[in-house]
Amino acid sequence: MQISMTVNGDEITREIEPRVLLVHFIRDDLRLTGTHWGCDTSNCGTCVVLMDGVPVKSCTVLAAMADGRAITTVEGLASGTTLDPVQQGFMEEHGLQCGFCTPGMMLTARALLDQNPHPDDTEIREAISGQICRCTGYATIVRSVKWAADHPAVEEIAGEEVPA
Amino acid sequence: MQIPAQFDYVRASTIDNAIALLDKHGEEARVVAGGHSLLPMMKLRLARPEWLIDINDLFELDFILPEATRLRVGAMTRHSALLGSADVARLFPIVIDAERVIADPIVRNRGTIGGSLCQADPAEDLATVCDVLRAEAIVRGPGGGRILSMDEFHKGPYETSLAHNELLVEIRFPVRPRSGSAYEKVERRVGDWAVVAAGAAVSLAEDGTVDDVAIGLTAVGLDGTIDEAETVLRGQQPTEELFEEAGRLAAMASLPVADQRGPVDYKRHLADELTRRVLRRACERALAAQSTTTQEG
Repeated sequence: MQISMTVNGDEITREIEPRVLLVHFIRDDLRLTGTHWGCDTSNCGTCVVLMDGVPVKSCTVLAAMADGRAITTVEGLASGTTLDPVQQGFMEEHGLQCGFCTPGMMLTARALLDQNPHPDDTEIREAISGQICRCTGYATIVRSVKWAADHPAVEEIAGEEVPA
Repeated sequence: MQIPAQFDYVRASTIDNAIALLDKHGEEARVVAGGHSLLPMMKLRLARPEWLIDINDLFELDFILPEATRLRVGAMTRHSALLGSADVARLFPIVIDAERVIADPIVRNRGTIGGSLCQADPAEDLATVCDVLRAEAIVRGPGGGRILSMDEFHKGPYETSLAHNELLVEIRFPVRPRSGSAYEKVERRVGDWAVVAAGAAVSLAEDGTVDDVAIGLTAVGLDGTIDEAETVLRGQQPTEELFEEAGRLAAMASLPVADQRGPVDYKRHLADELTRRVLRRACERALAAQSTTTQEG
């Protein structure tokens, strides 16, 4: 079957089997490997992407169900050479160690801040409670999201190119 | 890598279209709503539908409508919408209690009340909630609609009385004066299925005695509400002694099985304790509702 959707602002159309899961479509068909594939059972949350602005676990959504929707992956967070404040926050506050959970964490954080620009610690912890991090103990992730909340203006990264 | 077996996918454009598709494709078709129960089962090949009918475009089934004597909830209403609804919180705090402990926020962005009820998992929290609130299921098929009580709707684990060509479209919750409700679940870790959970709804008469009460338990092999535990409370002033007796009777009525979530005696203990707690909280909330009504009146 043919599906069309907007991914990080680009219109794409592909021929797929109906049984293809969104996470595999994003990684294998679109080659956007920033979205990670983890537990495969909608527990770990590393496959989170935004569908029409709402965080969803892409291992438990069919690519066919995303037909006609707008998808944002971690590759869509930065604009050009300007990082999203959430990305900057994860750098400033060391919100990652191994980085496996990071794409999902950052997308959930982006969606949270879009709804609630000044979340407290409890609200941040609730928002990411469907995602598992085995490195940070979550403390630095919460600090990273707070950093982003405190620095909502996008900041140019001097002299650095963001890899495409 | 878990990938479902092959199937054909079609997206329904209207309720009538969904019913026509179900009618056309027969027993081999399944409806997918949020997909967070069905897709995992398909990935494990526990479910192998030949046709998947996606009803996510049926926005007309996504609503929360308070009316004078009832709350109407569309079958495609997401868990996150129920949890965020001020009307739901005001009328049926038990729904908020339960939604807070259903999976996690991101799963709740997709999962729906209709999907949860149709999946009919024996550990499903909303089934107990709907039982004790004496909700009705509004079902549509090719020949029109029918209204089912939860007893009529649920036939057993993973089984409902929906015909293959029928669609659950709405759940209706009757609103009663001076009423309160509560739900509490014990889980091994955040977002897990219940080891045991209990729900209760209480309506008080004007003199403060229990006019009506419903008690339900999740994940201990019971369908519907527990009459023998409710009987001790009806017509009585609610007291801690009666909550204890109701808890004891509910635990006796329960039929837990030992599994990785715990042994039988532990689950029975939970059934007893959780029944007391939800009765206590439901009565407190009913009294609070009563004083609010009095102030307004």
